Amino acid sequence: MENEKNHIIPYRTFLFVLAGLITLTLTSAVVTQISLGTFTVAIALIIATIKSSLVLRVFMHLKFESRMFSLAVIAVVLLIATVIIITLLDYLYR
Amino acid sequence: MIYQKDTAEPSYLDYKGKYKGIFSWIFSTDHKRIALLYMFSILTFFAIGATLGLLMKFELIAPGRTIMSAQAYNAFFTLHGIIMIFAVVIPGLPAVFGNFLLPIMIGAKDVAFPRINLLSWYLYVTGVSLVVISQFTGQGPPDTGWTFYAPYSFRTAGNMLPAVFGAFVLGFSSILTGLNFLVTIHRMRAPGMTWLKMPLFPWTLYATGWVQLLATPIIGITLLMIVAERTLHIGFFDPTLGGDPLLYQHLFWTYSHPAVYIMILPAMGAISEIITTYSHKAIFGYKFMIASVLAIAFVGYFIWGHHMFTSGMSGTALYTFSLLTFIVAVPSAIKVFNWIATMHQGSIDLQTPFYWAMAFLFVFMIGGFSGLILGSLAANVHLHNTHFVVAHFHFIVFGGTGFAFFGAMHYWYPKITGRMYDTRWANIGLVLFFIGFITLYGPMFYLGFKGMPRRYYDYDEVFHAGNIVSTMGSWVLYSGLVIIVINLFASLKSKIKAPSDPWGGKTLEWTIPSPPPVENFEEIPTVTKGPYNYS
Repeated sequence: MENEKNHIIPYRTFLFVLAGLITLTLTSAVVTQISLGTFTVAIALIIATIKSSLVLRVFMHLKFESRMFSLAVIAVVLLIATVIIITLLDYLYR
Repeated sequence: MIYQKDTAEPSYLDYKGKYKGIFSWIFSTDHKRIALLYMFSILTFFAIGATLGLLMKFELIAPGRTIMSAQAYNAFFTLHGIIMIFAVVIPGLPAVFGNFLLPIMIGAKDVAFPRINLLSWYLYVTGVSLVVISQFTGQGPPDTGWTFYAPYSFRTAGNMLPAVFGAFVLGFSSILTGLNFLVTIHRMRAPGMTWLKMPLFPWTLYATGWVQLLATPIIGITLLMIVAERTLHIGFFDPTLGGDPLLYQHLFWTYSHPAVYIMILPAMGAISEIITTYSHKAIFGYKFMIASVLAIAFVGYFIWGHHMFTSGMSGTALYTFSLLTFIVAVPSAIKVFNWIATMHQGSIDLQTPFYWAMAFLFVFMIGGFSGLILGSLAANVHLHNTHFVVAHFHFIVFGGTGFAFFGAMHYWYPKITGRMYDTRWANIGLVLFFIGFITLYGPMFYLGFKGMPRRYYDYDEVFHAGNIVSTMGSWVLYSGLVIIVINLFASLKSKIKAPSDPWGGKTLEWTIPSPPPVENFEEIPTVTKGPYNYS
């Protein structure tokens, strides 16, 4: 089965990803110092999304799995996003 | 010992494993034994919940104090709600019949993760125990209702934390069961059983599994937020701490409305199996039935706000939730039409489970239509928090899930126990149950329409007549329930052994002996035909 193969990722890749995650964390901390108004939350969420994508794809091996698993993850993210958007229909228009 | 005709292997009831006596049950990883563990636990809690309900109805037989104080009444309806929702109807069909039948119906020997399956049961028992402990410890039982609404839930002197934590643990049990079923269906279907050859009951468990997996964590985190607010005074929901009480309602119902579909979807699956078997005819619109199951699970995720129409949401949110609520009625109606079309020109065999299915259709439709009334914004303002709502959700949740549960119980009883039950007593119990049900909950529509609020132990004289009828209905319903349960237990000693296919069913569970052998199939079957091949 394709999904049951062992994938050996070189340490170098892990270190690169780790460095990327740390950099993004620092970036999100620095961004809070700048006054961006309503975009503050959006930028924090964008950075968090990039970080979680890295973790999912590399550390959790999603890039090696069949497309079905990626689609499942994307579908779940879209579902939660829709729930949040519907909730905002209350908060933004109250 | 019941040995099977066509196999030397003993049935799962007689299998001698590593442990003996009760340990052979509570340490068993066999999906069939775990299903029975759930069944006995759920029936026990159901008996407790039903008795609480009976006492509450007795309190309401006359205005003023009858048998309990107002505070006791608050505690009773809270415990009744928590037990019935979290410990009975949510796990009811998936944990009992799903566990027992899912692997068999898809041609597998067990679920994908048998040990996690047993762990789910332990979590379930732990969760319910915590809820029960909360009644007898601390500063008195919780009195918030099963919804734990903020901000009252962190201000009441009632012993909230164990109850909330118990519901949290029960959520984990539900998540693990859902995960187990999803993996089982994806990975363990018999050769040849493509998605479109899978029976409808496993299909409903599949949709339910996704809801359990994706919706339950939301209530878990919400309940933890209550704990954080009560203990650490972090302002999530309390306005004095900077929180928003409506946020709690959003989060609570984002889970708890899909939870209605955790209850009702497997019920619909069981009803589909029953109707097609006793009509001796393939289910009408098989693919539409699957599509409607998935549509209900999907759309059901986005309509939680109809529980909050009078809470102060924005107008945009109100219109959106009302529209989505009406949309979810469409796939539900498709199912009802297809069930009726299945019976049309069928060769109907009038057996007890079929009667249950008919009773289900009747009460489910009343529950569904009254839901549309509540989904209308203007009507909801009048009816919100009245007995009309109590009637509606009992028609859906108790009428839908409860009737399907007992229908499934009578349908699969011969398979599970290897014995036939006494049909006459089963039918007498059903008739009493049905009459009691209508008499108990029917007047609540009227009472609610006239303005009687829910969750009050006292009421105005004008509501007296309706409450007398309703209370008398509870006695009839309870009598029917007692007859049904006694009959099923007494039939365990029946001399009439069940054949492998007593009803003429076509799905895989009817191809193996009753009761099933430990590993279900001597040889994993190869499926070549659709699930309802009556041609």
